[in-house]
Amino acid sequence: MRALTWHGKHDVRVDTVDDPEIVNPRDAILKITSTAICGSDLHLYDGYIPTMQKGDILGHEFMGEVVDVGPGSTLKKGQRVVVPFNIACGSCYQCGKQQYSACDNTNPADNQDLGHTLYGHGMPGIFGYSHLTGGYAGGQAEYVRVPFSDVGPIVIPDGVDDDKVLFLSDILPTGWMAAENAEIEPGDIVAVWGCGPVGLFAVQSAFLMGAERVIAIDHFPHRLELAKKFGAETINFEESKTYEALMEMTGGIGPDAVIDAVGLESHGLFLDNVVDQIKASTFLGTDRIHALRQAIVACRKGGRVSMPGVYGGMVDKFPLGALMEKGLTLKTGQTHCQRYLPALLQAVMEDEIDTTFLISHRMPLEAGPEGYRMFHDEQNEVTKVVLKPDMALAA
Amino acid sequence: MADTLSARDDAPATTAKHPPDPGTDDLIERGNEFVARSVTINRPRAELYAYWRDFANLPSFMDNVVSVDATGGDRSHWVVRAPAGKTVEWDARITEDRDGELIAWASEEGADVPNSGRIEFRDAGARGTVVTATIAYDPPAGTIGKIVAKLFQREPAIQARRDLKRFKQLMETGEVATAARNRAQHAEEMN
Repeated sequence: MRALTWHGKHDVRVDTVDDPEIVNPRDAILKITSTAICGSDLHLYDGYIPTMQKGDILGHEFMGEVVDVGPGSTLKKGQRVVVPFNIACGSCYQCGKQQYSACDNTNPADNQDLGHTLYGHGMPGIFGYSHLTGGYAGGQAEYVRVPFSDVGPIVIPDGVDDDKVLFLSDILPTGWMAAENAEIEPGDIVAVWGCGPVGLFAVQSAFLMGAERVIAIDHFPHRLELAKKFGAETINFEESKTYEALMEMTGGIGPDAVIDAVGLESHGLFLDNVVDQIKASTFLGTDRIHALRQAIVACRKGGRVSMPGVYGGMVDKFPLGALMEKGLTLKTGQTHCQRYLPALLQAVMEDEIDTTFLISHRMPLEAGPEGYRMFHDEQNEVTKVVLKPDMALAA
Repeated sequence: MADTLSARDDAPATTAKHPPDPGTDDLIERGNEFVARSVTINRPRAELYAYWRDFANLPSFMDNVVSVDATGGDRSHWVVRAPAGKTVEWDARITEDRDGELIAWASEEGADVPNSGRIEFRDAGARGTVVTATIAYDPPAGTIGKIVAKLFQREPAIQARRDLKRFKQLMETGEVATAARNRAQHAEEMN
């Protein structure tokens, strides 16, 4: 089959590789119909995530048709399913508490060693996202092997277009959980850093959860326009000083809840950001956290900090004093997708949540490397790239 | 004086200590290694004990164990992978066996790697069962043997943790997780 593979920093290719097969009883094999490039794939593309190996198949946002099942799968051939990006067993203690992204069992034991060293615990499996999280082949390919297929995938009713439901795989539940972690109360003012897909879904989710006002922060005008479309007020941090703007817009109180939907490659020419970048390039630190620092400082006393943005390592100058002295609550984590899928599928089908607005580009799988380059270099216009293995390459 | 030991904290004797615990110190001085690891498995104690007690099952989650054959009574014959494509073998005998609670074994005279171990099963309420494996062994060719073992990732402390995780996966999910894309790749990983 053809598959998009990682070969190094800013080097992804479409290669011919062996087809996947059923290996374990609970497996299923999908024929991919749509697969998206995620903002967090750009962390791989930029070489920020350790334990990638040349030839690894990328992609953790995908859906497709079931073409083969193991005896322990509950899926049936011919069904269309969306697959959560993180793999959960459904039977460990954490899965029993619906903390699916803390699953104990889906990462092969040998790949859990680095997690033990870095984080004190082995990490669960994630599709196409380094060997730290299992080394599972991703879904930016013609076919994919889905382990534990009786737990994760959600069956999509006939007649519902791929583009409406594809984002159930990651960014929609991630934006939703970001808003849930912000513990929004009716009447709240919520500030969201980052108007990428997760930030934009967090804006929509925050309103659905009762926020009175949502303030969206970014520096890409087109992305801020999209946030405005969903009713958010906007701050362009290249035009206005974010902290001052937030204070003025909230009568000096600060937002009740803040959401960092940026993560470890925070943009912008700020002193702390530049220092973080130098530290990262010299391995003295790993993550750039400008957005998170700003969010913590701006948050009202007694407020809540939700951190869906991805971080991987150590940071410096974390405003711990502000967190403690203001009595903030910080909630974060990889998304417990499986917990949210049935309700979110319903919301999408009833048009309560719109997802299709996000897709700026649809391309054949063969054009994947160009898709990565565009999503990386042209973030203002390119909000989401969806790869379709069946689409013909333009002449 | 009695109180050097009672002054210590409640962490198990196999935890790294500063300074080293006199008890484990003694073992190390004799050239032995002492490894213990625990894992909590969300299944009933009796079920875990029963699976382990059938030693023929051990290769299904113990990476280095090629085979364990019952040779009559309390005795069994172990074939285990070692560095550089070699195997080591020994005969072992069960030294203690309490139904649903613990199994202890020791290698018999003439083993390539003299060793003994025990596996204990304790109730952990809603979390299932805490399984603790303790292994004492005399590494081949002393320090050099251990360095070689480490290079090949066959070092028992890492191995014990990985094996227990695989045991947990198998008991909780019915399978051992693998990222292999196809059966040929999977077979290769199993060797």
